[in-house]
Amino acid sequence: MIAAIAAQTLQMLLVVLLAPLLAGLVRKTKARLLRRRGPPLIQPYRDLLRLLRKEVVLAENASWLFRAAPYLIFAVIWVAAVLVPTFAIGLPFSVAADLIAIVALVGSARFLLALAGLDVGTSFGGIGSSREVMIASLAEPAMLMIIFALALIAGTTQLSVITQFMLSPEVGLRVSLALALIGLIIVAIAENARIPVDNPATHLELTMVHEAMVLEYSGRHLAMIEMAAALKLVLYISLIACIFVPWGIAASGASAAALAIGLAAYIGKLALGGVLLAVFEVTIAKMRVFRVPEFLGAALMLALLATLLRLVSRGF
Amino acid sequence: MAGLAFDISHLLAGGLVLVSFMLLYQDRMIGLINVFALHALVLALSVAWQANIQDAPHLYITAAIALFFKGLIIPLTLRRIVRRLEIHRTIETVVGIGPTMLVGMGLVALSMVVMLHVTAQEALLVREDMAFALSVVLLGLLMMVSRRNAVGQVIGFMSIENGLVLAATGARGMPLVVEISVAFSILIAFIVIGIFLFRIRERFDTVDVHALDSFRGDRQ
Repeated sequence: MIAAIAAQTLQMLLVVLLAPLLAGLVRKTKARLLRRRGPPLIQPYRDLLRLLRKEVVLAENASWLFRAAPYLIFAVIWVAAVLVPTFAIGLPFSVAADLIAIVALVGSARFLLALAGLDVGTSFGGIGSSREVMIASLAEPAMLMIIFALALIAGTTQLSVITQFMLSPEVGLRVSLALALIGLIIVAIAENARIPVDNPATHLELTMVHEAMVLEYSGRHLAMIEMAAALKLVLYISLIACIFVPWGIAASGASAAALAIGLAAYIGKLALGGVLLAVFEVTIAKMRVFRVPEFLGAALMLALLATLLRLVSRGF
Repeated sequence: MAGLAFDISHLLAGGLVLVSFMLLYQDRMIGLINVFALHALVLALSVAWQANIQDAPHLYITAAIALFFKGLIIPLTLRRIVRRLEIHRTIETVVGIGPTMLVGMGLVALSMVVMLHVTAQEALLVREDMAFALSVVLLGLLMMVSRRNAVGQVIGFMSIENGLVLAATGARGMPLVVEISVAFSILIAFIVIGIFLFRIRERFDTVDVHALDSFRGDRQ
């Protein structure tokens, strides 16, 4: 029991500590692929520390919501990230680790962020919020459909059980799983505001979505929001890893050695996910905002197809 | 081992359906041709895997034909045609991409339901393969009716033929002679279509087949 709680605490700290490193890794890889040197891997930590030390500049008409939102967003995303199995399954929180609960948590974080974007009443915040909500209204049905397909295959929406099911030898290569994986990757790209849906590094008015919403934030508030964005990336990579590449993850009540293996495997998977994301991002261009519905529609369609295959055919 | 063999062939056949959807989704000429080459590549892989698990060496020849003609020659020729016709622009579709995709989903569902009922006493592998093959054929037909551009229709036609080859290899027993003659008739059809493309373009200054409607005569 104490060991389980210790492992859970370790996971809570691990996701927070690794999140900026992952963001740094993605930036560094992208820079290297473009033949630039790029900032050092620990640059995001330095940025966060600098932001925490700086004073907060608030608009005169900013309400309490504007000030409270960054902390709430960070807290909600952190909880969601802790629920996803990372290096071990069957941790104390895993009873609550339901896929639908995670989607709800991420959705409420986005709701808060969209409200905060509207709060000060600048035009950029409004544009950002409206676009974010448009993307979300397309990404969430796709995500729920993917969850539906996975739940049909695994017989549950609880992540620990799904991971355990995926580890069992009866699950081989499955078409519906492959479709769900591609759909989930598309949703993850849209949710994390990465290229081709949104550019995390842009400050060009016409293309900003996420950046436009947080334009008014500064100091420790901005640090919280950037931390939440980095955590969300960790959350989605862990989610994809624990469902589709669960190998190496420690079983519940495993020995310390198994936990260490699980930890190493998890860090390896995160690094691989970050590098793949960076390679994907430098190879394609950002698409127009009006193309995004088609891109996300493809995710919804893949999830539908996966569900269909599972329902109709025996071989799924 | 039987489980893995089934999984891989199932995955490749499902991949072919997925690439058919990519053909429906793609709205740029050059991109469409590239995806068609991918379609042929997946088909070749699928057929080669069938040759491996069915222990039928002549299927390797089918795979090689698919790879060489449909994965290499036809895409390269189409690319040259598109460049010479100077149509690297966006394809207009009759209905938008979203509705087309939904209709495609419906067709896949239909072929699944039909095939799994019709072939109830066959082996699982054959049933699933037939269902996927029918989906590919129907998606190719959908592609032909939803594209106004003649080149898009040609690609739809070629993808129908890919679906037929998939069905034939899954059903164990299309003789090699039939195989080769089908491949060559497709090639001949392709050459004829290619010539027609240029003729259509010469006459109407476009390869949009709706330009032909004005020559249809009076409609009652």
